[in-house]
Amino acid sequence: MNQIIEVINLSKLFGENKAVTDASFSVKEGICFGLLGPNGAGKSTTMEIVEDIIAASSGEILYKGQPRSTSFREEIGIQFQHTSLLNFLTVAETLLSFHKLYQEPEDLQVLIERCDLSPILKRRNDQLSGGQLQRLMLALALVNKPRLVFLDEPSTGLDPQSRRNLWDIVRQIKEEGKTIIMTTHSMEEAEYLCDEVAIMDMGSIIAWDTPTRLIQAHCQGNSILLPESAFKMNLDTLPFTWKRRDKTIVLETAHIHEGLNKLLHLDIDLTDMAIHSSNLEDVFLCLTGKGLRD
Amino acid sequence: MNFKRMWAMFTARNHEFFRDRAAFGWNFAFPFLIIVGFGLIFGGKEQQQFKIGLFTNTPQTLGTESTVPLAFQQGKYLQFINFSSQAEGEQKLQHHKIDLLLDSQSPEHHYWINDSSPNGYITEQIFLASLVKNSDGLAKKQIINGVQIRYIDWLFPGILGMNMMFSALWGVGYVVVRYRKNGALKRLKATPLTPLEYLSAQMFSRIFLIMFTIIVVWIGSNLIFHFQVHGSYGALALIFFLGGLSLCSMGLVLAARGTSEEFTSGILNFISWPMMFLSEVWFSLEGSPAWVQGFAKIFPLTHLLTGARKIMNDGASLVDVQSECLVLIATTLICLTIAAKLFSWNE
Repeated sequence: MNQIIEVINLSKLFGENKAVTDASFSVKEGICFGLLGPNGAGKSTTMEIVEDIIAASSGEILYKGQPRSTSFREEIGIQFQHTSLLNFLTVAETLLSFHKLYQEPEDLQVLIERCDLSPILKRRNDQLSGGQLQRLMLALALVNKPRLVFLDEPSTGLDPQSRRNLWDIVRQIKEEGKTIIMTTHSMEEAEYLCDEVAIMDMGSIIAWDTPTRLIQAHCQGNSILLPESAFKMNLDTLPFTWKRRDKTIVLETAHIHEGLNKLLHLDIDLTDMAIHSSNLEDVFLCLTGKGLRD
Repeated sequence: MNFKRMWAMFTARNHEFFRDRAAFGWNFAFPFLIIVGFGLIFGGKEQQQFKIGLFTNTPQTLGTESTVPLAFQQGKYLQFINFSSQAEGEQKLQHHKIDLLLDSQSPEHHYWINDSSPNGYITEQIFLASLVKNSDGLAKKQIINGVQIRYIDWLFPGILGMNMMFSALWGVGYVVVRYRKNGALKRLKATPLTPLEYLSAQMFSRIFLIMFTIIVVWIGSNLIFHFQVHGSYGALALIFFLGGLSLCSMGLVLAARGTSEEFTSGILNFISWPMMFLSEVWFSLEGSPAWVQGFAKIFPLTHLLTGARKIMNDGASLVDVQSECLVLIATTLICLTIAAKLFSWNE
């Protein structure tokens, strides 16, 4: 698979503050690539440099193996985290305005149906709900049939229905062979949508792989959770590494099946049992810590 | 330069302007309010410049007749206001509400003036002249040849130019900074649109609105004042068009960078107020120091108004105002180039 984007030793300084430090990664064509990290990690700055919205202090960005040319903007679509539209225009007028900015735009009817904009076409931009505005922003990002789509925290502030709807659209886009680069705070979203993720912290890339391999590499298996009352024995004799969390006992096990067999053999009541499989959030917290960020 | 992209931005901005009822209404309301104001000031048969207060210390029952000279009573540009007492008249005189106070039944023609009032001095001279029984032969009166230009015909291009200046500088400069601040420009940066295309679209959108406003205001005002246009309307429209382009492009330079509406507002005021006073909107700079007259030439509004008045008042043709046209075109090109070079979508 060809690399559509290559980021090489990217750094960005704002005054004396280092927002991005020597970041390098590449994105294969046709995948959904997630850039994760706590607040202030440098995700959005990195995205905006790759999008050619702000300039890098040093480093190189290659698009299809070449420095970005003037045609780059014809081939990309961007949904920004913070942006605005002309308030007094309707959704239809906004779509039409952006449609005219490109040489080979998408069929507007296709776009309207995909992003479910028909009911709000005559509504003014300043009268849209958060979910409707996000759908319009996504439509604008797709108005030029882009090969590469950037989504900067696309589901922030959306209700569960709108979020699921957005995820479905993103999956459809990916199935068409487009490449997606997204930032998100939602590990569930990253696990659901992304083929590869890079985790950023303090301006640097600290991990980069598929979600599955990151979980395998950074988290020790799974946890079985049982109420303390289920145990009629001395807990120190349990054949598990365990810890107490309030009145719940958390048992660590590499393989769920093996752990359950041990518990059944010990004749422990499993009625109130819960199982927690390691996920991307565990990886994220493991790598970036649990301390609050700005 | 892609005209399809420019057209998209031009129509989008026009749609927004016409839907923003507050901005749209004000753009028409402002010049109309000025017109109504001028209608009230200049609408009378003649303009009264000097105010004379009259009172009498003689009891009304005696039926004494006025001693105010008839020549003074019938004088042009004089307005007479009666007061019930000398004290009331003096109080008005003290506050420059009137220019001269006169005891209307005094055989000695007692009068009072405020020594610090220029109008008071002139009114006094008119009053004293009216007391001279026969001034015939002391001087020979002659009326100037050719067409006499009314003050309103001289002033009106200035009012239109001033409105145009505020509309161009604020409607382009301030709006672009607001778009930058709220991220609308950042969204456009992600498209193939170039700064020159975007700025040109903004400029032409505003000039379209300005010309539309001028035509409506002109027609409305003409119903009241019946302007005397000695040159061609086409030439007048062209000089206003070029002036509008020049002022809009100046607004674009001011808005090329920055995200602070407060700072931009300060800069716009800093530019627009001197331009208004030095470009002969309200009064002529004739007689002012040469450096002031020279300095005034840096403003496009000066050239716009000079050209417009030459056409309207003197019947000048486009050839006669070619230097003004060339300055306005050059200013537009220079400012637009600078604005496109300096322009930032997000900083």
